[in-house]
Order: sequence, then C-alpha cells, then structure tokens
Amino acid sequence: MSNRPADTHVEATADRGLSARRLGFCRAGRPVFGDIDLAVGPGELLQVTGANGSGKTSLLRVLSGLLEPAAGELRWRARPVRAGESGYLQSLAYVGHTDGIDPDLSAAQNLAFAMRIAGATPSRVRVDHALDSYGMARTMSVPVRRLSLGQRRRVALARLALVPRLLWLLDEPLTALDEQAGDAFQAQLDAHLRAGGMAVVATHRALPAGGRFLHLGG
Amino acid sequence: MPALFAAIVLHDVSLAWRRRGSILSSLLFFVIASSLFPLAIGPDPQQLRALAPGILWVAALLASMLSLARLFAQEHADGSLDQLLLSPHPLALLVLAKICAHWVTSGLPLLLLTPLLAQQYGLPVSSALLLSASLLIGTPVLSLIGGVGAALTLGLRGGAVLLCVLVLPLCVPVLIFGAGAGAAADAGLDAMPQLSLLGACLALSLFLCPIATAAGLRISME
Repeated sequence: MSNRPADTHVEATADRGLSARRLGFCRAGRPVFGDIDLAVGPGELLQVTGANGSGKTSLLRVLSGLLEPAAGELRWRARPVRAGESGYLQSLAYVGHTDGIDPDLSAAQNLAFAMRIAGATPSRVRVDHALDSYGMARTMSVPVRRLSLGQRRRVALARLALVPRLLWLLDEPLTALDEQAGDAFQAQLDAHLRAGGMAVVATHRALPAGGRFLHLGG
Repeated sequence: MPALFAAIVLHDVSLAWRRRGSILSSLLFFVIASSLFPLAIGPDPQQLRALAPGILWVAALLASMLSLARLFAQEHADGSLDQLLLSPHPLALLVLAKICAHWVTSGLPLLLLTPLLAQQYGLPVSSALLLSASLLIGTPVLSLIGGVGAALTLGLRGGAVLLCVLVLPLCVPVLIFGAGAGAAADAGLDAMPQLSLLGACLALSLFLCPIATAAGLRISME
C-alpha cells in the first residue's frame, strides 16, 4: 500500500471523523485487501484509486458497515463502528455502483422514498431542487427504466442533496456521467467539503477536487 | 415511525401493482392447482368435502412460495437494499413492513378467493368462511417465515428451490393447524383450539421472523 496517511494524521482526525487501522477484508477466504490505514477529517476528501478488482468497492462497503472487516478496526469519532448502529448511519450517505433506485418508479418518487428511508420527511421542494441541480427537472416524472444510464446516475447522486450527511461514501460517482453532470457533481462535492463534510470516493479517474489518495493493489 | 411503516407498505404494494403479472401468476396457480384435485379425485361429494381443507391449504402454501423469491430480489438487483440496510431506522421494522406488503399482495388475495374455490368441493358457506379465517391467521405466518428464507437465499443460484426446501418444513405446523381448523369446522366441531394455536404461531413468528430476516439480509450481503 502506497500513500498511507501518516500516523500523526490518523491520530489528529481520529476523534473528529472516520479512521481505520490495519483494516483487512477477505472474500471466500481470499484476501481482497489488507493492512489499510486511513483517516478522513472534516472538510477532507479521500480518493481511493486502484485497478479494477483491487477492492475499491469492498473497501467502501466495509467503511459503510455493509460488510464486516476481517481484520482491523473502524472508528467514527473515536468510537468503534458496528453494523446497523444508527448513530453512524445518521451521518452516512452511500452511493454504490448500483444506483439504488427502483426502475418502475419515477425519479421524484424514488427520491421521496429515499428521504423517508433516510429518516427525513419527504419534501417536494427538496426533491425538485436536488433533481434540478442535476438538470433532471424535465424528466423527474418519467419512470426510471426509460432513462439512460447516465440519467440514472444523476438521480442516484441527487440523493446526496436530499438529507444532509457528514460522510459521503461514493463508488465511482462519475460512471456514465457526461461533462455537464460531472461538473454538477464536482460543485456539489466542493460545497459539501467547504461546509465541513467528508467524502471517501472510489474512482479510477482522479477528481480535480484533490484531497489525499489511497492506492489499492500492487 | 408508523408513518414510515405505512410508507414502505404503500410503496411496496404500489410497486407490486406495477408488476402485477407476477401476482396474477401465483393467483392463477392457486386457482388451477385447487381445481385439478376435484377433477382427479372424482365427484364423490363426501370424499371431496373431507379433503377440501387440506388441499386448499397445501395449494395456498405452494402459491405463496411462488411469490417469495421476489420479496427482496429486485431491491437486491438495483441496490436499494443497500439503502435499506443503511437506514438509521431499525432494520427489523423496515423488513416487517416489506413482509406486510408481501402478504397484502400474495396472502390476502388467496384467502379472498378461497370461499369461491371451496364451492368446487361442495363445502358449505360457513365452513368455507372458517377456512378463510384460518388462512387469514395462517398466511401471514407463511410470509413471515418465508421472509427469513428469502433473505438467506438472496443472490444464490438456484435460490428458488433452496428457498422452498428451507421454508416448507418450517411451515408444517401452520399447515397442520390451518387444515385442522377447516376440517374441525366441517365436522361440526369447535375450531377454536386450532385457531388459537395458529394465533400463537403468528405471535411467535411476528416477534422472531423480522429479527431473523434482518440478520439474514446482513449475512447475505457478504
């Protein structure tokens, strides 16, 4: 593992953000990644890079608590993270490589339901605003199955604007996005970081927002 | 919390309505399967009446198996299951709402059809209604137990068969008490003991199954 953040950084951000120590994960007995140290504090971006199959998605799923790590420890604000703990989940937004939207519902219906699941009361204004920022205002009542891949991705990313969350875990957010939507995402990410938010982004294309890098695989 | 519960039930029911083909196919299976028996057994009214509760219960059990596999399949495929698991609300409660919606779309239509289908067996209306009542208490248990199986077999190849192998043995008590209630009613006996036992099954599974389903979903994420 190259570019491992200095231990001092891990120490400094441990009680204000997300930190992991010697994190490892195995799938069917085969190690996917191991010995990862990382730390993300307020206003910081961590870009996870690496070849296909190097374990970027698994790392994000471990960080979200969807998967149990095989080794090591994950801490959120100095407290160990356990699966299904509502305190951590209330600070977390996750956009996986699948969009997490139902193809039979419209974009607006999907987002309204996502707000409900995330623990907020659905608000028409917020949904409209979130979709509008991704240029989806005109297609918001079309069933998602009739949208293109890139448009679905826009809907998935618009979810981030619905409920304010401190920590964003994003898996290849730019997949299938065109330039305009990529810019909209960039603006959204910048605003999130400026407001003191944190983000861990798995990507094979470095984002211009910079931040620190974690390279997985050889 | 009740608002969230209602919202999930409504969401799932409206989605099931948009995909109503699969609801219809399991209903059609129920109608056809329970209509085949009178044709095969022959027109002896005594025999048909005696067999009716058992046959209708088995047909209902098999029909509800058909729809179980899709309880979490679509959510698993499109990734919304991740969002459900990452919700700050208790997962067991969200799962219970989904199972509730599944029962409304699969169990409820079965028990509404039953008095009609019972006519093929010459069952008197009062016994047919009591059979429906036993299904009203029993089919939610089938959905609840099925939820555990659906969670555990999620994403497996050949999951549908494994699901049946896993769930059907667990449904045996429900089948015995349910068919027993129908048979007792038809024999002019008191069906209350069987209905009470069914109610006990429902209470127990209402408490245990959502927790087991939630744990099963977390395991199947690996």
